[in-house]
Amino acid sequence: MKQFDYVRPGTIAEAVAAAARPGAVYLAAGTNLLDLMKGGVSRPDRLVDVTHLDGLDGIETLADGGLRIGALVNNADLAHNAEFARSYPAVAEALLSGASAQLRNAATVGGNLLQRTRCAYFYDTASRCNKREPGSGCDARDGENRSHAVLGWSESCIATHPSDFCVPLVALDAVVEIEGSNGRREIALDALHRLPGDTPGRESVLEPGDLIVAVRLPPAARGVAAHARYLKVRERTSYAFALVSAAAALRIENGRIAEARLALGGVAAKPWRARAAEDVLGNAAPSADAFQEAAWRALEGAKPSGDNAFKIELARRIVVRALLLAAAGTPARIPALPASPFASISGAIHA
Amino acid sequence: MNHSISLTVNGARRDFVLDDPRVTLLALLRERLHLTGTKKGCDRGQCGACTILVDGKRINSCLALAISHDGADVLTIEGVARGDQLHPVQAAFIVNDGFQCCFCTPGQIMSAIGMMREGQAGNDPERVRECMSGNLCRCGAYAGIVDAVLEAQAGMDETNQRRSA
Repeated sequence: MKQFDYVRPGTIAEAVAAAARPGAVYLAAGTNLLDLMKGGVSRPDRLVDVTHLDGLDGIETLADGGLRIGALVNNADLAHNAEFARSYPAVAEALLSGASAQLRNAATVGGNLLQRTRCAYFYDTASRCNKREPGSGCDARDGENRSHAVLGWSESCIATHPSDFCVPLVALDAVVEIEGSNGRREIALDALHRLPGDTPGRESVLEPGDLIVAVRLPPAARGVAAHARYLKVRERTSYAFALVSAAAALRIENGRIAEARLALGGVAAKPWRARAAEDVLGNAAPSADAFQEAAWRALEGAKPSGDNAFKIELARRIVVRALLLAAAGTPARIPALPASPFASISGAIHA
Repeated sequence: MNHSISLTVNGARRDFVLDDPRVTLLALLRERLHLTGTKKGCDRGQCGACTILVDGKRINSCLALAISHDGADVLTIEGVARGDQLHPVQAAFIVNDGFQCCFCTPGQIMSAIGMMREGQAGNDPERVRECMSGNLCRCGAYAGIVDAVLEAQAGMDETNQRRSA
């Protein structure tokens, strides 16, 4: 690991000033950053430790019925918060389907959003990677790429965003609060991550020094809690990143879908909101036919970036099954195997 | 630049001067305190051999900078027994053959203790397996490990029932 300076600011303003300097990065739990630093993938000159800052670790219900989650709340505390799990069950299920219990106890909300891709060529410093070293090329294009992107990718980069948490969050219109050199601003989570284009090294719209201080869920996000699921296909049932995942949530009134939310994970460089699919579900009866149609819409424009054409059909099937599971109703308790298609729970298992 | 930190390790306060901020909690425990029960397996947060409790919660000590945990309360495998009396999870691992080569065992035991404190798995074998998935055992002693955890959990449930009766 390269040498670095360690800074522990006392206030958010001090943190932003310290992190705005070239070569500086924020340190929260470090579960992804330290891994990257040990591998020589990230080589910061300065770590700005925000873990001791006050006021970033609360979960707060807002007067308008929304929820504000401090950026330093760890993944486990959030998922196991009973009120949170009741109101946003697909988010809790996604959190518990990610990483291991040890990592969830440490990893933070803000860090989850900004974690880096797990593309093996990004991690291997002997490989060419436009994300790690702009202009060097992409060894994933002709390499082992069965897990890579099928939506939104470019010739420069076919990596995926690995977060589970972000998938239901983006479906629920989550908002990110950011403190920067010019003060506080907020953006939709859907607008936080960038598609690779010609500059895959720029993964988000954040500027130097920008600090995510909170994630907010708007009041309407509670309205789909009765029919909300996260479903994730991975190479093993626990402690693995998604090959493909889907967050599906419905508000069903008088036997019709009054509101549909759908997003996909593991398919692109950002959590992929499927608005065209949501549109066809509006006012439809919750049926397998409607969900098939939604799945086709969700994957419109998808194309293989390598040996991964199977992911397109897999994603369609996961969308259908996630919608069927959501329509069947949110289970009273998160299944023993969160988000697993092999979970032994009631609902439409065989889509 | 030197940094001073203090930790409570297995109940005792320890002060350290770090001449390099790169020191992980794992390295500090093993190399400065010679508490070598906590194992360095993958060193990348994938195997769980380095699991310890920090402020009561299980984490991977290989992915935790010591300097960032100034003031933390740390519990390692060396701190779980009371004298010669093994922790119930340690005893259950012996009775149920929850190991073969034993390299992963301290991490497995610390993870199991953390899991029981979290209270999410209870006596459901499927939940125990899921909640222990952050600890790999290359010998494949998983069946014994799950049995050990379930037995320790049952013992704890019984103790709690007796206390509340």
